Amino acid sequence: MMTELNELAEAAIRTHGEATYPHECCGFLFGKESENGRVIDLALEAENSQVENRERRFLVSPEDYRKAEQHAEKTGLDLLGIYHSHPDHPAIPSEHDRKEAMPFFSYIIVSVKKGAADELRSWVLDPDFQFEEELLNQ
Amino acid sequence: MSYINIPTPLRKFTDNSAKEEFKGATVIEALKSLTATYPALAPYLLDGEQIKPYIKLFKGDTDIHSLNKEQTTLEEGDTLSIIPAIAGGKI
Repeated sequence: MMTELNELAEAAIRTHGEATYPHECCGFLFGKESENGRVIDLALEAENSQVENRERRFLVSPEDYRKAEQHAEKTGLDLLGIYHSHPDHPAIPSEHDRKEAMPFFSYIIVSVKKGAADELRSWVLDPDFQFEEELLNQ
Repeated sequence: MSYINIPTPLRKFTDNSAKEEFKGATVIEALKSLTATYPALAPYLLDGEQIKPYIKLFKGDTDIHSLNKEQTTLEEGDTLSIIPAIAGGKI
């Protein structure tokens, strides 16, 4: 089933990735999940709380995660996933990404090459705890 | 009543329930009670007697790591929140 990524949400992810380059950016994805598929229509920035190595690591604080859940509850949207950037690296999840991943969530990765957002792909964890690519209708 | 808040990515294992009443006097007992009701949750929360490293638990607003970890005591009226660690990186 295809996931639809709203134009504004995609633009927000790309802009955030460029703004934080050469560090990784991260944020939350909101939208609606139905039997017809998933529509992501809002990307909200989160702070990369990682203290060191932010050019290759990101971390969202538990407080920010709780705020994202509260935002979903208040707005009636579903919290559908997480986005982050890979500066000068392909939009493919690393082993570190996989170990920290949760089921259900869409994990969108934008590759940022020399400061310019490039390839953007989405991944979901399968029941065997492996990532599989999620087709995006952009 | 005492509740466990279930984060969005795990709600598909709790019939979309965001909040579950728990039984147990400690965090580990509460989690075992929850996974007994919803066995499909277990691989995401527990590794035997240990909580998975990518899961954080808050008693009210306090991380149980600053309390007594898995053995943190729970009382009537407490709320336990499961917070997935959100982290990663390119390498």
